[in-house]
Amino acid sequence: MEYFLQQLINGLTLGSIYGLIAIGYTMVYGIIGMINFAHGDVFMVGGFIALIAFLALVAIGVSAIPLALFLVLLIAMGLTALYGWTVERFAYRPLRHSFRLAPLISAIGMSIVLQNYVQIVQGARVKPLPPLVEGGHTLIASEDFAVQLSNVQIIVVTTTLLLLAIFSWLVARTRLGRDMRACEQDLKMASLVGINIDRTISLTFVIGASLAAVAGIMYLLYYGVVDFHIGFVAGVKAFTAAVLGGIGSLPGAVLGGLLIGLIETFWSAYFSIEYKDVAAFSVLIIVLIFLPSGILGRPEVEKV
Amino acid sequence: MSAAPDAILAVERLSMRFGGLVAVDDLSFNAQRGHITALIGPNGAGKTTVFNCITGFYKPSAGMIRLSHRDGQTFLLERLIDFRIAQWAKVARTFQNIRLFPGMTALENLVVAQHNVLMAASGFSFVGLLGLKSYGTAERAAVDKARYWLDRTGLLGRGDDLAGGLAYGEQRRLEIARAMCTDPVLLCLDEPAAGLNARESAELNDLLRFIRRDHGVSILLIEHDMSVVMEISDHIVVLDYGVKIADGSPAAIRDDPKVIAAYLGVEDEEVEQAEAEVGR
Repeated sequence: MEYFLQQLINGLTLGSIYGLIAIGYTMVYGIIGMINFAHGDVFMVGGFIALIAFLALVAIGVSAIPLALFLVLLIAMGLTALYGWTVERFAYRPLRHSFRLAPLISAIGMSIVLQNYVQIVQGARVKPLPPLVEGGHTLIASEDFAVQLSNVQIIVVTTTLLLLAIFSWLVARTRLGRDMRACEQDLKMASLVGINIDRTISLTFVIGASLAAVAGIMYLLYYGVVDFHIGFVAGVKAFTAAVLGGIGSLPGAVLGGLLIGLIETFWSAYFSIEYKDVAAFSVLIIVLIFLPSGILGRPEVEKV
Repeated sequence: MSAAPDAILAVERLSMRFGGLVAVDDLSFNAQRGHITALIGPNGAGKTTVFNCITGFYKPSAGMIRLSHRDGQTFLLERLIDFRIAQWAKVARTFQNIRLFPGMTALENLVVAQHNVLMAASGFSFVGLLGLKSYGTAERAAVDKARYWLDRTGLLGRGDDLAGGLAYGEQRRLEIARAMCTDPVLLCLDEPAAGLNARESAELNDLLRFIRRDHGVSILLIEHDMSVVMEISDHIVVLDYGVKIADGSPAAIRDDPKVIAAYLGVEDEEVEQAEAEVGR
């Protein structure tokens, strides 16, 4: 029981990170029907920016951890958003009216470019960050096992929930969210009611990238290391999460992320750690056989 | 043809070619401010193509489309990108096959159409959404305006229903309401009476008259339903094979031999229908 609870906590933490990345995939897919394969690498860039920002802040003497965390959050979100914007502006927008596969190929290219760029600039070795947030709480202690909830896990989960709440409000209640949903449903019609669709698409990438940056910070805090290659696996997992939850659906992305995180964690805990990815992807396949549009996805309705 | 002094829309020598096909050929006409102008013609005459050129869907192969506001500002629509036509020139349109945002509620469909007002109120920025007072006020005003148009189109009870779930006639009215929420000076309606029954057509006539009278919006209309066209139009332009064959008042059009010939040139039942409707 204690062991189960511990794995549940670990799984939810990991799932939150996947969920944050998955939102970026699902939003971009919703609005322009394209899989942004470079999104995982934008997450990785976010992690690196966070690492550099931490070290820079420590170097100039900002030693209060909460303040440093907050500043890093702002810096990483801002700069990563700039990366997201740039990727869309230069790699996808010129191909908007091209055939469907062109931006997809461009996205794969962009992913390779970002990976190699970071590899060259930062080196290929794993970069560690000394643990900043230490300690935790023992929830239940029995004779042979104590359930630990570390402070990092609390930060990861609460930040994720907070951002999701803000973000859901933004999409459901504000002008920006309405514009995005209108673009999602009928891009051309949206422009006819006066919405600047290029701007709205850019903003979607900016929001997706800044959430990926948050995921990058959380990853860095949780694992304490980043390297140029983390974006690939995390990206594929988050993409899986988005598809599992129903691509195009925001709550679906989060739900999918949590599920992938839980499956992976429980499989590693009870069966074998080597095959955790196999388990996650097998569940994806099974779900897609029975629910082709994902758990919360809307089924495609044929227009008559 | 030079523009008449109070033409809201002046189409001059407009041509649209698709490869070898000439859909619209050297077309000129004016729509007067405060008038309801109808664009009629047999199927395939190029009416919707003209609309698509006016609203930025197509870039005309040749010609000029000039829109003038009351204050003397003029816009060359063929040079504006699509969202600027709604934003600056203030032209709104509806579609032959309805294009609402089906996954949003009726009310949201009308609020999203007020994008530009809200955009300005939120200071054109992300931060504005989070707490500018002007944005909150504008948002409430937008909802009020949306309710006003729901009321006018008889949809007040359906505000929270998804647009895609509304009945056909309701969707048609909602589309007009949404177009009106963009604050247009010119409203372009593509077959607004298609699929409506006699009672709904009569309500549509009233709605269009109300829009013109109380909101001072000029209307350009494509319509096959002659009971609508003949009753509410001030001016009719007839197209056939992309060429203008007649241009005048409903009474003049009704008796124009070229118009009758154009309709006679098509399938039998449509001729009978047209003849019956113009009262021959």
